Amino acid sequence: MTFFLQLVVTGFALGMIYALIALGFVIILKCSEAFNIAQGHFVLIGGYLGYTFLVTFGLPIWGTLLMAILTAIIMGLLIERLILRPLVGQPVLAVIMVTIALATVLGGLATLIWGAEYKAYHGLLPTINLQIGSISVPSESLIGLIVSIVTVAILMLFLRYTKIGLAMRATAEDLQVVQSVGIKATTVYAVSWVIASIVGVIGGILLGGVSGANMELAEIGLKAFAVVLLGGVNSIGGAIVAGIILGMLENVAAGYLDPLLPGGGLAKVFPFIVMIIVLIFRPYGLFGLVRIERI
Amino acid sequence: MLQVNNIEVVYMNVIQVLRGVSLDVSDGKIIALLGANGAGKTTTLKAVSGMLRTEEGEVTDGSIDFDGERIDRYGPEDIAAMGISQAMEGRRVLEHLSVEENLLVGAYCRKDRAEVKRDIERVFNWFPKIKQLRRQMSGYLSGGEQQMLVIGRALMARPRLMLLDEPSLGLAPLLVEEIYEIIARINSEQRMAILLVEQNVRAALGIADYGYVMENGRVVLDGPAEKLKDNEDVREFYLGLSAVGSKKSYREVKHYRRRKRWLA
Ligand SMILES: Nc1ncnc2c1ncn2[C@@H]1O[C@H](COP(=O)(O)OP(=O)(O)O)[C@@H](O)[C@H]1O
Ligand SMILES: [Mg+2]
Repeated sequence: MTFFLQLVVTGFALGMIYALIALGFVIILKCSEAFNIAQGHFVLIGGYLGYTFLVTFGLPIWGTLLMAILTAIIMGLLIERLILRPLVGQPVLAVIMVTIALATVLGGLATLIWGAEYKAYHGLLPTINLQIGSISVPSESLIGLIVSIVTVAILMLFLRYTKIGLAMRATAEDLQVVQSVGIKATTVYAVSWVIASIVGVIGGILLGGVSGANMELAEIGLKAFAVVLLGGVNSIGGAIVAGIILGMLENVAAGYLDPLLPGGGLAKVFPFIVMIIVLIFRPYGLFGLVRIERI
Repeated sequence: MLQVNNIEVVYMNVIQVLRGVSLDVSDGKIIALLGANGAGKTTTLKAVSGMLRTEEGEVTDGSIDFDGERIDRYGPEDIAAMGISQAMEGRRVLEHLSVEENLLVGAYCRKDRAEVKRDIERVFNWFPKIKQLRRQMSGYLSGGEQQMLVIGRALMARPRLMLLDEPSLGLAPLLVEEIYEIIARINSEQRMAILLVEQNVRAALGIADYGYVMENGRVVLDGPAEKLKDNEDVREFYLGLSAVGSKKSYREVKHYRRRKRWLA
């Protein structure tokens, strides 16, 4: 039982990080109706930024997060200005294609700057040992949990109570209406890309703290994609719940199923199997926004 | 205040929809733009508000002036900032936002927060029906309430000219009457000009000062609202009042041609 609870708790923390990354997906999707294929590559960049600021510059965790957020803001603004603005008014497919190119460019950039090497920095995050009964919560999980919960909360408050947040929610509903009241769509897009890159980069640092920075971090994008599909593509709450579910499933599967199969690896596929089964019964995901239809 | 001078509008570089439309809106007046489906009324409004660009439409000839400034090359944001606001066709509420949030979106470009709060109350004053629903998700409002909300949202920008696209569409006659009364009241209280697009000719001419009738991308008739109401063709084809007792004769053929011209 302890083993199981241990897996659930660490899985919950992992899932919260997935949820955080998936929110980047959801925000872009809601504002521009496009899938951001490069979301996982923000995570990749984040992982390496974590290494640079923590190890190379020797900053503390909060300084690292701050610097990474600054970098993410610049990255998001550049991406919107240079590659997305020229596409305003073009079909959504063009935007998706461009994010594929963006993914390649970010991957290439990571290789160029950090040499595509494995860079470990897990020892550098502060160690806090939390013991709840017989379960001990490892410090990476705890930090991951705190940082991702705080970030998600700030993001939700931002969307709910700020003027830009209102503009973003309005854009998600009806772009033409938003333009007709004088809101600049490009501002909304820029902010959505900044948010996507911030959550990706923070997620990258948190995951990098567990597994070290390496090129495989980009694959987290695929997991975030699964989270988004499971949660219902345009639901923020859905992404959070689905992220946590997938994180827990992955961990529990890793604990119980992997030892059964030689070579392991089943844990990586298991959440996707669950996703497919759920989608068969609920094609709009767990919490997909229903179109309001009145009769 | 607003002059539309002989504009032509083309969608996607090939589909010509407006073929020389001119109209004039002066300060504080209600101008009706009438015509059957597909005549080009909405397109005319979009040309004024700059929304054409979001649909790959373009003003290829003629010009649009607002207070002496040429605006047909401006984007929708700039035009909104100049004091023109549009309530689009089809009750486009932001469904998952509350009633109050919808209104706030309308006031997005204003900096005077205290005044915005006061204007929200003013809108609720004009439309008491949506006041109790202020925290409700607007997607669940009834059709009439949604139309009120959309007009309210357009008002929140404190426009000097409001473009209203078919506010009566799909509403019960009593509701239409109610909404039209409020529109007329807002117009006189705020001294705000309104360019009103309608197929409901009776309702529109009831409150308008002047009217234009469009057909196939052209203005075919215009005049003071009173005159238009008495116009034989308008009476017959839009108000459904025909001169009774006419014999079936040569007149009938002419009548048929006339009818065809109107309803084509
Ligand atoms: N975005 C568009 N692209 C191509 N054609 C359009 C577009 N919008 C309207 N049209 C065409 O322009 C004509 C006039 O449309 P519209 O201005 O909406 O008329 P109305 O509002 O008077 O019913 C119609 O024939 C319609 O098919
Ligand atoms: Mg129309």
